[in-house]
Amino acid sequence: MLVAFSALASLLLIAVFILKEGVPFFFKYGLGHFLFGLTWDPQAGQFGIYPMIVASLWVTLGAMAIGAPLGIAGAIFLNEFVPRSVLRVVKPTIELLAGIPSVVYGFLGVMVLAPFIRAHLGGPGLSILAASVILGIMVLPTVISISTDAIGAVPNSYREGALALGATRWQSVTLVTVKAARSGIIASIILAMGRALGETMAVIMVVGNAVKVPHSALDSARTLTANIALEMGYATGLHREALFATGVVLFVVIMLLNAMATSAIKAGGRRA
Amino acid sequence: MTTQTLDAIISIRNLDLHYGQFQALKSVPLDVRTRKITALIGPSGCGKSTLLRCLNRMNDLIPGCRVAGKVLFEGRDIYASGEDVCLLRKRVGMVFQRPNPFPLSIRENVVFGLRVAGVRERARLDTIVERSLTAAWLWDQLKDRLDEPALGLPLDQQQRLCVARLLAVEPEVILMDEPCSALDPIATARIEELMIELKKRYTIAIVTHNMQQAARISDFSGYMLLGEMVEFGPTAGVFTSPKDKRTQDYVSGRYG
Ligand SMILES: Nc1ncnc2c1ncn2[C@@H]1O[C@H](COP(=O)(O)OP(=O)(O)OP(=O)(O)O)[C@@H](O)[C@H]1O
Ligand SMILES: [Mg+2]
Repeated sequence: MLVAFSALASLLLIAVFILKEGVPFFFKYGLGHFLFGLTWDPQAGQFGIYPMIVASLWVTLGAMAIGAPLGIAGAIFLNEFVPRSVLRVVKPTIELLAGIPSVVYGFLGVMVLAPFIRAHLGGPGLSILAASVILGIMVLPTVISISTDAIGAVPNSYREGALALGATRWQSVTLVTVKAARSGIIASIILAMGRALGETMAVIMVVGNAVKVPHSALDSARTLTANIALEMGYATGLHREALFATGVVLFVVIMLLNAMATSAIKAGGRRA
Repeated sequence: MTTQTLDAIISIRNLDLHYGQFQALKSVPLDVRTRKITALIGPSGCGKSTLLRCLNRMNDLIPGCRVAGKVLFEGRDIYASGEDVCLLRKRVGMVFQRPNPFPLSIRENVVFGLRVAGVRERARLDTIVERSLTAAWLWDQLKDRLDEPALGLPLDQQQRLCVARLLAVEPEVILMDEPCSALDPIATARIEELMIELKKRYTIAIVTHNMQQAARISDFSGYMLLGEMVEFGPTAGVFTSPKDKRTQDYVSGRYG
């Protein structure tokens, strides 16, 4: 009780602190200017985060384009085509991957992925593509773990019903199991999006961090989180407030994503 | 031992089945006659479901399950290597103990078997939906609600939807494993009537715990005990003048 309360209290405190530091900036600088301004130049008092919003979107969607199909395929494979005994070992192992520090992923990105991209696809290597791939791998445990639970919760009677009607194993999975587990799978993707959007360290290391609107996946770019982490150390005055305001934007988006995930899970619970 | 009764669509001789080390069926014979209702009765755990699930190879899904012996469906051994299990299951359909409609709309449930068989034409699907629901006595109640979720239906309608879903693929044999055990007496009576109606066009094999039910609807009955087929024959004979002492005890209600 006490623990739960203090956890909640500290969460609230963080939220209040960020809002208090960030929200006044919206009024001073103008929300439209802030969100859609093309130039981020703290020395000149220019605080447009549009390039970083675009970069964050690209990176997050790219990560989902890679992580979601792989993760869902993995969850299906684990549930339907692997013996229970193996699943019981493999699933906790995959969940353990979530505990690898993000620096390690970033390091792999810098040492292996970025040079590979530079050599084979062109561009600087440190790019949106590199960040998407690294994040896509990083969110796999989230997607696999939650989707596996959702698919595992589908009653066996659905499977039997489908097979008894002459469906192949594959048809029973795609036409019945995945549909029955749909809400859990969607929730896993939304939660993964939240993680991808919020990830900072690995992204800073591989995304290149150039402050400009990216035009291709091979361009270097800077995400919202990277911007906060890179500049907070020395920012003062209005600059510092602008970074807090960026935090508010992220905070709101991630809260929205979490609310969507929760309601997706609830909707699934009602139907089953 | 290939003495096949002429009008039996499914014919089994000496079927042995093991779950791991445990022998669940011991040299079991069975004839399922065309356009008749064949009932399997016996105490819990005697292997009724196991035997029924051999007829469409649903036992294949259970790890460690081994079958030895022949199950002839229209003269072909369905356990022979190279037999198409999906095709077999389309021809020998199954209704389960608990109604198990898919979490899809009523319409999608009915056309599921056709979809997996690759039927696409909307008009044909619509015709089949109407025909199947009519045959399962659901069309009048459900014709305006085809896009509602099937899981919202009351249990007996769910069970009849499962029958309709089968009829859509036009099986030859319908297997039913205690199809009424989740239903109340009125719903049970409706399913029983439906079975008698379906008998005109389909062959039915049913597992039941309810001896009155077996006596009411079936033409042939098999009494099983501990994995053996103790007695098999016309229902009237099995119930009124059983040859085996153990059958006598069971049908006169001494255990079960
Ligand atoms: N998957 C399985 N693995 C191991 N043993 C099993 C399995 N399924 C059934 N058995 C055993 O096989 C025997 C026959 O089971 P079966 O389900 O066929 O009985 P039943 O006659 O249908 O019983 P009930 O009337 O309770 O449904 C039982 O002793 C049961 O414990
Ligand atoms: Mg049973």
